[in-house]
Amino acid sequence: MYVAVKGGERAIEAAHAWLAEARRGDPALPELSVAQVEEQLGLAVDRVMAEGACHDRGLAALAIKQARGDLIEAAFLLRAYRTTLPRFGASLPLETGAMRIRRRISATYKDLPGGQVLGPTFDYTHRLLDFALAAEGEAPAPAPEAPAEAATMPRVTGILAQEGLMQPEPPGDAEPPDLTRQPLSFPADRPLRLQALARGDEGFLLALGYSTQRGYGNAHPFVGEIRMGEVAVEIVPPELGFPIAIGEITVTECQMVNQFAGSKTEPAQFTRGYGLVFGHGERKAMAMALVDRSLRARELGEEAEAPAQSEEFVLYHCDNVEATGFVEHLKLPHYVDFQSELEKIRQLRATALREAAE
Amino acid sequence: MAGPAPGSTPAGPDPDEAARRRWMGVLARAGAAEIAARLDQVPPLPPHRRLRGPETGLVMARGRQGGDGAPFNLGEMTVTRCSVRLEDGTVGHAYVAGRDARQAELAAMLDAALQDPTRRDALLAAVIEPLAAAQAAAAARVAAKAAATRVQFFTMANMR
Amino acid sequence: MMRAGFADPVLDAQACFRAVLEAMARPGRVHRVAAPPEPPAPLAAAAAAVLLTLADADTPAWLDAGAGAEAWLRFHAGCPLAASPAQAGFVLACGAPPRLAALAQGTEEEPHRSATLILQVKALEPGAGWRLTGPGIEREHRLLVEGMPPDFPAQWAANRAGFPCGVDVILCAGDRLAALPRTTALEIG
Repeated sequence: MYVAVKGGERAIEAAHAWLAEARRGDPALPELSVAQVEEQLGLAVDRVMAEGACHDRGLAALAIKQARGDLIEAAFLLRAYRTTLPRFGASLPLETGAMRIRRRISATYKDLPGGQVLGPTFDYTHRLLDFALAAEGEAPAPAPEAPAEAATMPRVTGILAQEGLMQPEPPGDAEPPDLTRQPLSFPADRPLRLQALARGDEGFLLALGYSTQRGYGNAHPFVGEIRMGEVAVEIVPPELGFPIAIGEITVTECQMVNQFAGSKTEPAQFTRGYGLVFGHGERKAMAMALVDRSLRARELGEEAEAPAQSEEFVLYHCDNVEATGFVEHLKLPHYVDFQSELEKIRQLRATALREAAE
Repeated sequence: MAGPAPGSTPAGPDPDEAARRRWMGVLARAGAAEIAARLDQVPPLPPHRRLRGPETGLVMARGRQGGDGAPFNLGEMTVTRCSVRLEDGTVGHAYVAGRDARQAELAAMLDAALQDPTRRDALLAAVIEPLAAAQAAAAARVAAKAAATRVQFFTMANMR
Repeated sequence: MMRAGFADPVLDAQACFRAVLEAMARPGRVHRVAAPPEPPAPLAAAAAAVLLTLADADTPAWLDAGAGAEAWLRFHAGCPLAASPAQAGFVLACGAPPRLAALAQGTEEEPHRSATLILQVKALEPGAGWRLTGPGIEREHRLLVEGMPPDFPAQWAANRAGFPCGVDVILCAGDRLAALPRTTALEIG
């Protein structure tokens, strides 16, 4: 229970003024521009777009600047902004198979059509602080270029499927549920789970995915494929009646390949855990794929006792904007609740002391 | 976004639809300044009246589970749309990712003008094709950088 | 030929929303839509403005105003078209209106899920005609409505008896509008 309390206005105004000053930092230093955030802190921008569930690089960069680099606060700002905009419709499903690849790796096949393309990755860096970046550096030399093959890059899951070794995804074009329109309800089907995971907190999903590898859930995953690059977004405006491209967005996709012992009706084969996120978010896509697969335990007739296999546990707690709201609300005045607790404790103590004295 | 097609001008046979899809896609990927710079090279576009927008809203971007299964909602993206009408009744539409109202209006004006067969070839040559070429060149540079990071495996047998 | 919607979609819709809000708060008072759009016939300014203001992608609409008006509304408001009046959140009638009892009534748990009927009538004049009483009316408001079905007062009494469920009505004539929320009692004057 909360009680409206007045009298804090001036304190709040002063606090906000100080916040603005603290955000700016030392005025002797040049101010960070939103464009600089967008260009030079691009992975933070990607994370805020993914967890804010709203793709707009400029808005995400502004949110990061406003939030002083607090990425959960920035995702919150982006979520709040999106509520002011009308929904024009939904896109056709993205064709990630037709992605213009910047990165594509597989841990299951060394030689695969299209090859292993490393892209702009932290992998193979030595994780040694680069003090050259602390100096006023010159622009780096342009990245080398090489003749590109026009060949498309087939999905690793497709290669396995050709041999019948990969469980096919049930086809269909059913209108998916949308948790921004209807509240979560259980059991949640896989499209709803994937939506929740795609906007879920990277840290929470990372820890859950990690737990499945460490014995909390019986996962033996391989990275079938990770791909990152640009995909066209198409919509069918009702006034046109045919699909048009409205632009391109960067996404990261992870296909996690997992063993499946088979059941009475299905022979042994591989199954998929799937991750797809806005921007370049490899860790998030991998964690999402691990958790997606572990949430399929019941559907695949596996034991489901680990936290990462409980859809209520995962879906109710993966949204960091909801989580931060409920945790941080504890800061609000609870004077009346606490008063009643105080009285109860005093009573109990008084009773106990009296009984001890008797 | 399926359903009947209110507000559409008769698009004619399919070749026209394919051509229209292409120029709308090129304009959606081009910045307002780039489009405006190309428009400086051609006679002014016919006068237009705004029918709807430019206005910014959201489109829910969808993926498919497992990459090829049933659709799911990935997240929303900002989109700006604009529809304009020319004096002869031709309606031009634009939906472009992002929040650039000027880009959306220029794209809608061009969509209307490009439906006029007497203007089409000149506008395609002066505006659409140069924009498409610039987009293809930018994509080719990214592909070339990606190709340079492609691993060329060699086995121990080759190293001996 | 496709016509434009509101000249300024945000401000004009806000002004119209305010007019509808005032009309609902003081049933029977007549308001004018300040900046009406130019809708295709037979839609008139006020009814069209109300639809543009209230309908959106989450509210199926049903109207009897023909294909041109349907296309115009879908284009500007983005609302789906309902197959029948019973399935619509907003029902617009230019001709003989569907019976109130045939429209969505809401439920005891969610009475706000009932339909709003937008009735385009010949004329609206305050100061004479029906005697309206109920919440939002100090003593009584008089409202003269031309072009209503003769049994409307009986339908309205039945509608009101179903409270908290029931249909709300917005009466529109030209650029004028007045409202009959489900709480208002109506006597023939």
